[in-house]
This record gives sequence, C-alpha cells and structure tokens, in this order.
Amino acid sequence: MPSGGFAEAGADLELVGINKRFPGFTAIEDLDLTIPAGSFFALLGPSGCGKTTTLRLVAGLEQPTAGRILIGGKDVTTVKSFKRPVNTVFQSYALFPHMTVLENVAFGLRRRKIGDPVGKAHEALRLVELDHLATRKPQQLSGGQQQRVALARAIVNRPALLLLDEPLGALDLKLRRQMQLELKSIQSEVGLTFLHVTHDQEEAMTMADTVAVMNKGEIEQMGAPEELYELPKTAFVANFLGQSNLFVGKVTSSAGSTIIVDIAGVKVEVPQSRAQRHTGDVTIGVRPEKLMLQTTAPAPTPGVNVLGPGRITDVSFSGVSTQYQLAVPGIGLVTIFAQNMVFGPVVNVGAEAWVSWSVDHGFGLLDEPEAAPRFASDTDTAAIAAQTRHELLAEIEES
Amino acid sequence: MAFAAFGSSAAPVEQAPRKRSWIAFVLLAPGLAYLALFFLAPFVSLIITSLSTPVEFGDVGQYQPAFKLENYATVVEQYWPHFLRAFGYALAATFFALVISYPLAYFIGVKARKWPLLQALMLTLVIAPFFISFLLRTLAWKQLMSDDTPLVHALKALSILPQDGHLTGTAFSVIFGLTYNFIPFMTLPIYATLERLDTRYLEAGSDLYASPATTFWKVTVPLSMPGVVSGTLLTFIPASGDFINASASFLGSAQTQMVGNAIEANFLSLLNYPAAAAMSVILMAIILLIVGTYVKRSGTEDLL
Repeated sequence: MPSGGFAEAGADLELVGINKRFPGFTAIEDLDLTIPAGSFFALLGPSGCGKTTTLRLVAGLEQPTAGRILIGGKDVTTVKSFKRPVNTVFQSYALFPHMTVLENVAFGLRRRKIGDPVGKAHEALRLVELDHLATRKPQQLSGGQQQRVALARAIVNRPALLLLDEPLGALDLKLRRQMQLELKSIQSEVGLTFLHVTHDQEEAMTMADTVAVMNKGEIEQMGAPEELYELPKTAFVANFLGQSNLFVGKVTSSAGSTIIVDIAGVKVEVPQSRAQRHTGDVTIGVRPEKLMLQTTAPAPTPGVNVLGPGRITDVSFSGVSTQYQLAVPGIGLVTIFAQNMVFGPVVNVGAEAWVSWSVDHGFGLLDEPEAAPRFASDTDTAAIAAQTRHELLAEIEES
Repeated sequence: MAFAAFGSSAAPVEQAPRKRSWIAFVLLAPGLAYLALFFLAPFVSLIITSLSTPVEFGDVGQYQPAFKLENYATVVEQYWPHFLRAFGYALAATFFALVISYPLAYFIGVKARKWPLLQALMLTLVIAPFFISFLLRTLAWKQLMSDDTPLVHALKALSILPQDGHLTGTAFSVIFGLTYNFIPFMTLPIYATLERLDTRYLEAGSDLYASPATTFWKVTVPLSMPGVVSGTLLTFIPASGDFINASASFLGSAQTQMVGNAIEANFLSLLNYPAAAAMSVILMAIILLIVGTYVKRSGTEDLL
C-alpha cells in the first residue's frame, strides 16, 4: 500500500491477457508482459501502437476491458490509481501551475503523510540539480527544467514502479542525451523498476535493459537491445529498430547448420539458429553495416554470401559513414553503410559493385513473405504508417 | 568613438517607450473621457451633495453646498441596521449562489465535455432567465411564495412553517431572491475557468496518491479560483446595493430593508439628497474595502 511509506525496491510488473477496447477500435489485444523488478524496461513502437494506453492501464488511469495487472505479485486491476504504488512522468509533465516547484515535488509526500516532505522534496530537487529554483512556479522554467521537476516529483515518492511516458520528447537533442544518461544513473542509483514508453528507437536502445517492440496493440519482440538489433524476428522489428535489407526467397536446402535460400537465382545462406522458418518461402535480412562493398567480383568463399553485380545508384556521405544504394538486377535496392576509412566515398554513382557478408550476420524472419512487404531501405515510422494505410485502403476496397 | 557607440545604443531605448506611451494615451483617451464624464463628475457631485445643507427657509429638497460632515454621522446612526442587512444578505446570497453554481459550472464545464450538445443546452438554460426582465421574474417568485399559495400551504401542513408564518417579507425570501437573481453571474465566470481546466492535472493528482476529493480541493479549486473570485465579486457587489428584492413591493418588507432601499427612499420620497448621497459614498467605500482585502487575500494575481 502506498501509505506504507517508501518502496524498499522496485517491484515486478505483470500484465496477464490484457485487452483494451475503445469504442470503434481495439488498442491492446491479449497482451502478456512481465517486467522483472529493478529493470529498465522500454516499450517501443510507432504512435498509435498502444504503448501509451498500456502505461495508462498500469497507472490506473484507464481500466482494461479484460485481463489482470499485478504489481509485486499483488493484483491491482481494480485498485484506484491513487492507491497504486506507481508514479508517472507525464508526456505533458502536468506540473500544477498554482504551486511552486517545491510544492509540486512535495505533493505526493504530503498526500501519503510522509515525514519531512519539504526536506525530501529538496533532496529530490538536488538530485535533478534544480534545488536553486525551488521557489519558482513551473511556468517560469524551461522545458528541460520542467521535465526534471516532473521526474523529481515522481521519484521523490520512491514508487515500486516508475512510468515514463515519452518524457524526453520535448527536449532538444543535446539535453535529451544528457537526460537519458541522468535517468539511467538515477535508475541504477535508486534501484526502481522503470517502464519507459517511447517511439525513439535510439533512446530505447541506449537506456533500457530490455526493449519490447510493440505494433498494433501487440508485442512483436522483446529482449536486450543488442539481441533485438542483431536478431530481429519480424520485418517490423527489423525495420523499426535501425535499417535492414530484406530479401524474399524459397528455401532449397536446410541440411547442415544453415538454410540455403534461393533469391532470384542467387543462393544465400542463413544459419539455422538465426532463422525462424526453415521451409518454404521465407524472408531473410541483413543489416546495412554488415555488408562489404566490393568493386571486383569476390571469389566464392565458404561462409560468405555474395550479391551482385549491381550498379551504385546513390552515395550519401554522412561523416562517420557513407551510405551506398546498390541496385542488383532481379533483387532490388540494397543499402550499405561503409565506414569512412579513407577520405570520401570509395565508389561513385554508376559504378559496378558487389556486396558480400558473413553468413553469421544474416537472419531469417518469422513473417509470411507476402505479409512482410519489403520496405524501401530508408523505412521509418512514417513509411510504415503509409504502408499500413495502403493495406487498410486495399482491404476497404475489397469489402 | 565610445561616445558615438553609447549614443546610438541609448537613443532607440529612450525613444521606444515614449512613442509607445503616446499611442497608448490616444487609445486610452475615449475610455478616460468616458470615465471622467460618467464616473468622476457624478462622483464629485455625489460627494458635494453628501456634504450640503438645507437652504434656510427654502422649499423641501433645496440644498446648498456646505461642509456638513454630520450628514455622515446622522445616516450611520439612523441607518446602520440597513447597512448590516445589506452586507449580511449579500454575503449569504453570495455563499448560497456559490454553493449552487460551483457544482453546476463543474458539471457543464468538466463532466459534460463529452457531450457538447448537452453542454450548449445547459449553458443556454443558465442564461435563459436573462430573456425575461428580472423585475418580472422577482414578481413571479413573490406570487409563488405569497400567503395562500400551494407552496405555503404545503410548508404549513408539513409544519416547516408555523401557522401564522409567511415566506414573503422575510429575510429568507430576500436572500432567496438575491441568490436566484445572481446565480448566472456566479455560474458563468466559474464555468469559464473550469471549461479550460486541463484534466491531465487531475490525472497527475490521482497519480500522486490524492483521492478524488483531495484532488478536487488541492488542484481543481485552486485552479478555478479566478472564476470563483470574479463570480463572487459579480454577485456580492451588486447584491449589497440591490433595492429590488428587499423592497416591500417585491420579496421584502419594512423589516428587511437594505441600504439600497434607504438610499432610494431618501432620494425619491423624502427628498433628503445629502443623506442619500452620504449613504451611497459609505456603501461604495465599504465595498471597495471588502473587495480590495478579498482580492488581495485570495492570492489569485498570477492566475487571473
């Protein structure tokens, strides 16, 4: 109970068979999720994927249509939000405009009748380095300062579970980086469970121990950031977290430790352990930075996949690396990120080139090939949204 | 060099405000002229009248300028119960109007947000009484509450009202009339602030362990204070000077006369202009004092 004082440590959160329907649409469908105590968990997804709704369900600001919510093993599904051992850093901050910064931070402590609320509020403000502004009103602070007050107002209560609803969205890049590091250090310092909702894949990957990628009200894949990045299981994850080159082909052999996929006549190998499907038509992929760009036809080597020849259609220099687009006949565009080891790009537009990659770097996706459209290589949230809209329109036309 | 630099940087700073204040004056002039003509001049005339003395051997109602401060002492001595009643009734009416209006404004401004049609309908209903003269409405209440009406019979049958009791002509009916007449003036400003109330603050309160009741007192009420302050002022000020509801021809009687009735009687019936003027000045001074203290105490400067 919140009146019991500060949480000793973070509590684990368990969502069991959560469904949330609003009039007209389903926001969350059969969501099962367990967040271990003390972890920094990120819920990542495009806007409208149900991640904020999930957070509001946990905070008690919405009621699930079906399913149960357990915090620290206790069922809180029917517990009112003000009785849950949970605090939220709202996207809009929602700092009370009629109170000083200090009173904002002390608000939760006063409600729970915790001793020395003012002292503890000062302590929390010192943690976010804003104690010198304690007597100001929230609207006298900058966006970044307000964000830190919102954070102090939540963590001062030492909730078993802290919910962060895109709290860094309004900040500029530099401040965001700084706040990401601060949040991370505060989390490890106080040992609370953090549930962070964001659409920023970089933010999710740098901050969280575990990332769950959410799409259309369901969790597509969950795991450590590097695991998600290196071995995405679906096309959505492969394209939402960074970029991927995806190819569709038929499995011709699954003997040995690899499967061999026929992509427009080219045999490409993928380790069996990294492929979700081993028969029939499959979608396989490889990250652009894993590709080697070669200007001469590479000799066939065991353990290396080769595509080509193709024509370079685009070269864009971005400082650290150069992005090449290679048009391979029968396969399409392949994106390559090459580190700038020499001055400037090594090949120019129109040049003939091959790409090769180590078999170990390929991955095979779970999606049915027809259900996993090959996105353009610069796929971002907007492109995915456009794709979804296109599908929806087609569906409407059919019916 | 250095001087030139100073000169060029200082000149625009000096010029800008001068130019702006001139435009501001031009824009303010019509308002200032209006105030001078219709507020300041009558006010000075009122003060002069309040200090004047009857013309010796003149007709009734003939007065000449003097510096007769006793006028003030006389009216206070003679009419202090009217002053007390005026502020007592106005305070009671403001209180009841607030108690009735706040939930009403909250419902229209916050709860009915999901149904814009209902919201518009209820707002229209709040304003609807203005379509009929308030004299007529007050008279209608007099008819409903007079002796020998079903209402009074029912109250007597239920022993709520003694057998020889009346509803009209009592402090109750005057306060009732004042409350009724000023409810729209209380509801509309409170509605205006509650309608803008960001419900995310309420969610934040709930997230920070405040029960709905605590959230209401700690978040909703403070954020709606500007509306409450303007509503109470719009009710209290006119109510304390009101002379319709307390008049014997409406809901009052000789025992419920407020200072407004005394001023009216002195101006129109007794032709004692100095007394009426002195009471007006005192009424104005007391209202200014009360309102000034109230606004300062309510601490809504940065929310207004």
